[in-house]
Amino acid sequence: MALAEPVQEQASLKNPANFAPVIDLNDLCVKFGGRPILQNLRGELRGRAIGLLGPNGAGKTTLIHTLLGFHSPSSGTAHIFGQDITTDAKQIRSLVGYMPERDSYIAKMSAVRFVRLMAELSGLPSEAALERAHEALFYVGLGEARYRSLDTYSLGMKQLAKLAQAIVHGPRLIFLDEPTNGLDPPARQRMIRLVREIRDSGKANIVLSSHLLRDVEECCEEILILKDGRLAVYCNLEEERKSNRKFLLLETRGDQNKFAEAIGALGCEYAVTGEHRVKVVLQGGTEVRDIYRIASEYDVQIRRLSYKRDSLEDIFLKAMENGHGGL
Amino acid sequence: MAVYEHTYKQYLGKLTPEWSRFLVIPRHAFRDVFKSKLFTAFFVVCFIPLLIEAILVYLHHNVNALAILKVDVRQLVPIDAFFFQTFVNLQGTFAFFVTLLVGPPLVARDLRNNALPLYLCRPFSRTEYVLGKMSVLLILLSAITWVPQLLLFLFQSYLEGASWFVDNLSIASAIFIGSVVWILLLALLSQAVSALVKWRVIASAALLGIFFIPSVFGEVTNQIFLTRWGNIISLGALIKNVTAGLFGTFVRASGHVTAWDGRVGREIILNEPPLWASWSALFVVCAICLALLSRKVKAYEVVK
Repeated sequence: MALAEPVQEQASLKNPANFAPVIDLNDLCVKFGGRPILQNLRGELRGRAIGLLGPNGAGKTTLIHTLLGFHSPSSGTAHIFGQDITTDAKQIRSLVGYMPERDSYIAKMSAVRFVRLMAELSGLPSEAALERAHEALFYVGLGEARYRSLDTYSLGMKQLAKLAQAIVHGPRLIFLDEPTNGLDPPARQRMIRLVREIRDSGKANIVLSSHLLRDVEECCEEILILKDGRLAVYCNLEEERKSNRKFLLLETRGDQNKFAEAIGALGCEYAVTGEHRVKVVLQGGTEVRDIYRIASEYDVQIRRLSYKRDSLEDIFLKAMENGHGGL
Repeated sequence: MAVYEHTYKQYLGKLTPEWSRFLVIPRHAFRDVFKSKLFTAFFVVCFIPLLIEAILVYLHHNVNALAILKVDVRQLVPIDAFFFQTFVNLQGTFAFFVTLLVGPPLVARDLRNNALPLYLCRPFSRTEYVLGKMSVLLILLSAITWVPQLLLFLFQSYLEGASWFVDNLSIASAIFIGSVVWILLLALLSQAVSALVKWRVIASAALLGIFFIPSVFGEVTNQIFLTRWGNIISLGALIKNVTAGLFGTFVRASGHVTAWDGRVGREIILNEPPLWASWSALFVVCAICLALLSRKVKAYEVVK
């Protein structure tokens, strides 16, 4: 059988697509039956691991499906490695792997045959597909169970088999839709470890969709938070971590509103986050003793003071409160 | 990603040509199909009529064998268009039963287990998927219909001589076109039913129903209205007429009845629907199947 050009050439460094953003969203809109599901999504994503966050029904899965070409955009478009999702869908699909959220497998097939079939459909010759299927199953930890029928697999094993079929052809971009769904803690840890290993190998970018903040926080560098089909927040976690931006969390008693305004007058960012809680980001020149001085002036007791960093949970909750437009 | 390395590794080898990838589906499907000993036995039985056909052709040209069997060549069925048509129809019946066994689970199983996104997230289109699934049946059914029939035609031509071959080329084309139309219809119908009904047993029953229920209605219509136009909804009758047309044995006046008006009897000739009508009906059935497949074979169905 004649064989086509090697993938290596496709992925050559000479290819300008290699310098393009992983995902480039250009006012992407998707409607189902006239109802907007994704609205004006815009942004360039270049991270090795990109997290898609949002509550259920926010449009995370629809965004992945649209990028895979399962749904057509109603307006706007998106590019993956510089290729348009509407015109170059087939080329894009040769570069990506996809692990769906729902239970997806082919019944009455052993794992190794299933993964091999998927590899062959991606264009691998039969022998190479078989070899890679064994490797992928060993890699995800199903080596010993690879000859068992998929019907007999537990939920965790099915998740791993789905991951194996997503990576068997060595894609450059892997979409993982809720990969830890239904997994017990050890299985979840294993899945997260695998995702991080793939990310750290530098040979594939990952888009991880989840509503579990911890999963995303542990794996991803860039985060897109979706709310009602809109982009609520874009956050580069890696830069956030590097900038080491800390804030003070104060627990107070007294007239905290006036106290907070006085802190604001010093040029510090602040937020009253509860009845007795104030968050303060200290600016250059301002020190903690200034906070104590103002507290004394306004007769406010500081019961507790701690340094904190914005966690992904804070970012997510703020995004959900703020609605559209981000932080 | 080597087993011993346990690291993620891109695939840097060569790829198969895109046009050939749909053939991956039948290759894997045949392994499942022939796992069943019952099916394998039935598939072997499908070749028995062909063996009989081959023996008849051979006997026609072997004086010694006829002498041993004490049979006069005139007592044997003549090898002509009708001879081949009979066996094409017979093999068509076997093809129907093979379809009943193999066809229904092909798409239904994937739909039931949400496997379509796994196929369609690869450089593999919906058309290739349908083509791949249909190839499972097309290849199996070809093996018991037109391929052996054409080989037997060549066998007869070899024994009879080149002039017989030239004079009867229309038989070869009739064997090929008639069989292909039938197996294409079977493949399309079984895939459409398989895409609509996710359960194998129900899909098989539905496929059986599609062939037999309209035939019964058609026959009832024929009896009530003293016509043969009821055959237009019977797939079996349609394909029989089309095949007869291809073999040149089609006769529109297929029977007659006497209608009594009081004591006066009136002879009514029953005319089969014209060939163009049979062809058109088959095209409509195929178009409906394709439309159904196009609607159902999707990675995800959007519920409105």
